[in-house]
Amino acid sequence: MADLSTNFLGIKSPNPFWLASAPPTDKEINVRRAFEAGWGGVVWKTLGEDPPVVNVNGPRYATLFSQDRRVIGFNNIELISDRPLQTNLDEIRSVKRDFPDRAMIVSLMVPVTEDSWKAILERVADTGADGVELNFGCPHGMSERGMGSAVGQVPEYIQQVTEWCKKHTRMPVIVKLTPNITDVRFPARAAHAGGADAVSLINTVNSVMGVDLDRMIMSPHTDGLGSHGGYCGPAVKPIALNMVAEIARDPSTADLPISGIGGITTWRDAAEFIAMGCGTVQVCTAAMVYGFKIVQDLCSGLSNFMDDKGYRTLADFQGRAVPTVKNWNQLNLNHVEKAVIDQDSCIQCGRCHVVCEDTSHQAIFATKDGQRHFHVNEAECVGCNLCVSICPVPGTISMRALQPGETDARTGRVIDGSYANWTTHPNNPMRTSCA
Amino acid sequence: MDHADLKSGRLTPDDYARNFADAHPPLNRTQALIEAERCYYCYDAPCQTACPTGIDIPTFIQRVAQDNVRGAAETILKANPLGGMCARVCPTEVLCEQACVRNTNESKPVEIGLLQRFAVEGYFANPGARQLFERGQPTGKRVAVVGAGPAGLAAAHGLAWRGHDVALFDAAPKLGGLNEYGLATYKVAGGFAQQEIDWLLSIGGITPKLNCRLGRDITLDGLLAEYDAVFLGLGLAGVNALGIAEPDLPGLRNAVDFIAELRQSAPEIVPVGRKVVVIGGGMTAVDAAVQSRLLGAEQVTMVYRRGPDGLSASTHEQHWAQTNGVTIRCWARPLGVEAQGGVLRGMRFAATSLDGGKLVDTGEQFFLEADLVLRAIGQSFVAEPIGSAIALQGGRIKTDEDGQTSLARVWAGGDCRYGGRDLTVEAVEHGKRAAVSIDRALGLTTARHLDKEAAHG
Repeated sequence: MADLSTNFLGIKSPNPFWLASAPPTDKEINVRRAFEAGWGGVVWKTLGEDPPVVNVNGPRYATLFSQDRRVIGFNNIELISDRPLQTNLDEIRSVKRDFPDRAMIVSLMVPVTEDSWKAILERVADTGADGVELNFGCPHGMSERGMGSAVGQVPEYIQQVTEWCKKHTRMPVIVKLTPNITDVRFPARAAHAGGADAVSLINTVNSVMGVDLDRMIMSPHTDGLGSHGGYCGPAVKPIALNMVAEIARDPSTADLPISGIGGITTWRDAAEFIAMGCGTVQVCTAAMVYGFKIVQDLCSGLSNFMDDKGYRTLADFQGRAVPTVKNWNQLNLNHVEKAVIDQDSCIQCGRCHVVCEDTSHQAIFATKDGQRHFHVNEAECVGCNLCVSICPVPGTISMRALQPGETDARTGRVIDGSYANWTTHPNNPMRTSCA
Repeated sequence: MDHADLKSGRLTPDDYARNFADAHPPLNRTQALIEAERCYYCYDAPCQTACPTGIDIPTFIQRVAQDNVRGAAETILKANPLGGMCARVCPTEVLCEQACVRNTNESKPVEIGLLQRFAVEGYFANPGARQLFERGQPTGKRVAVVGAGPAGLAAAHGLAWRGHDVALFDAAPKLGGLNEYGLATYKVAGGFAQQEIDWLLSIGGITPKLNCRLGRDITLDGLLAEYDAVFLGLGLAGVNALGIAEPDLPGLRNAVDFIAELRQSAPEIVPVGRKVVVIGGGMTAVDAAVQSRLLGAEQVTMVYRRGPDGLSASTHEQHWAQTNGVTIRCWARPLGVEAQGGVLRGMRFAATSLDGGKLVDTGEQFFLEADLVLRAIGQSFVAEPIGSAIALQGGRIKTDEDGQTSLARVWAGGDCRYGGRDLTVEAVEHGKRAAVSIDRALGLTTARHLDKEAAHG
């Protein structure tokens, strides 16, 4: 059976699944339940300075549903822990003592002054916690007070605070990044320059979940007024995966460990983040949708996947997909694919035809000999994958790569198997000359 | 001499209430939204092609999915003004749902009928202030529609919408034809037939004329003299005889009369036998047999003279009958009614088989005890009221594709028209198409209608 254990910055956990800093990790009672259910670690909900913040006493969450009411996206306007600091510290100590094999990371957010960070780090170190995560990501509420994403959006602040933390604690320091920026490599480089042991990402995305059309009020709202919240859940996974990939393949941060966060709901999502370079993954929304037991399904699926593929440890496939992520200008423009529709499994819904006809390249015929029949016109097909994307039957439409010697019916060019990208393409005014 | 065991009130009030409630409960909003999401929104959708009225099914389901019930109802009712009734009674398993592409991999089509019912009834329950279809400018033309069943109602609606004045005649005291008199109660629970008719009439311009029978109270010549055009939606007024001696006994009656009585009275007062035999293998036979069971009959047998393949009741209907405890007995034809002292005792049958494609007796005979025997071997068109001026074909009225008969200014549709499948939804299409044809024949510029139709919906 595959070994799911991780050693991230020297912090060991029996599996890579940590609960992210969020409501599920706010109190001892929750965290004990999480560990009893099997979570490998937790990032305790962000601690701040006393007096504690206060939360609204109305809706803090809102949801984007699929038609059958599955949660696709989720947002929240909850602030950091609203309990006294000492209460949290006492509980952290108590839980860590009883679950020594689990990772106990403490998320922190205090004003941008060295004294504030120094003071809280000393108190956290005293609990026996394994590490700290600097919350530079919360996009709502705290950012108005100069903390959270207000720090995460300024690389210089990130570097400065990270340096203070490294100076004042021997615990590993993980810097949690906000996605509410234009290029995640800059904050990641700043964290690295500040001495961060790792980054974790993504925090939540600025969002307004909707508008109540009867009352013409944004939602969620408190007594008629709302504020943007942080968006998470399955819908943000592709955004998170891109940002993880950008950091993993950036030469200046390629050696920086990453704890992946963002919409991880299934073992498959987790495996993808690990393949993209993550050493652990953090989960929140899935737990808030299904409860803590979901971790057992995540572990089971990941373990069976690894056994199937012959991966003994997570390290065996961690980062394996990173070298495949490139700039667009490195893609092989000589490679040609065509859609193929399997007539045996085609159910004749015709969606491929109408979307190709209306919105793409008019490359799928709807009839053959006067009968309803959907098949590809290779003379028009550019291989765009739209038909594959919308076909309701998995596997019915696939893409076939033309082999050397075959002729592309669209361009008349014979495939020669060579590689050539945009950098040398004749249409590129900035092309580099070929040798 | 003792009496046959033919009586009403066999059950408790709770039993009646349960037995004659909706056979297939409607979808609630949650179910409808989930089911609507199953629709693939096919291109040139096979379900739409399979619908005799051509309802744009993917569109109405998309609107249900988007919580736009009024928009969904508009799509349905534009193509089929009796879309609510059709949602309840259409044999969807051989029409739209049979064509659904979901069958290929799942053998479980989208529940189109139930979604259609959800949309139409949701709209009826909350129609809003604005009419769904606004009547066109009055044309001053007057059309007589004879027969207020599905065909006549659809024709009347289409004509009224185009601005014509419609007089809607029916021999019965209520509008609706088969919708009101000819369907099992559990298919149209909740007074739906009249609710739908109320909506249909709300367009304006339709004047019901009830208790008016063609050939008795009105004549075709008279109508042609008074009106610009006539649409005949006469249905099938005759019940086929069994072809044996049929003594006048209280226990021997037409299934259609039994069904109509159940629709027009509380089930508590409708008499039924302890043992019932229904002769026939169609939808009417099933409706009568199942309702006999639901009234408390202990043994109900449907007897059909050919094999199971010949039953005109759909497989779905056959299963429904069997689920309700009806025995379906094929390969037997009635030989004689047995009675003693004016009391029905049962029926003798001859077993049949096919011999070189011909139905023959095997020589075997059997007897089924019965307190009630219901005839349901089909209905026929009664041509006398229309006289001899209109050409018939196969015993029904011959028309062109639009329903125009051999007689100028007279159209026909529904079951009285030759060449159909005797389906409600088909009758609606007949009425709908005839309305277009009549409108064109009345000589008004087509441009006006094309503009209106483009703006409509």
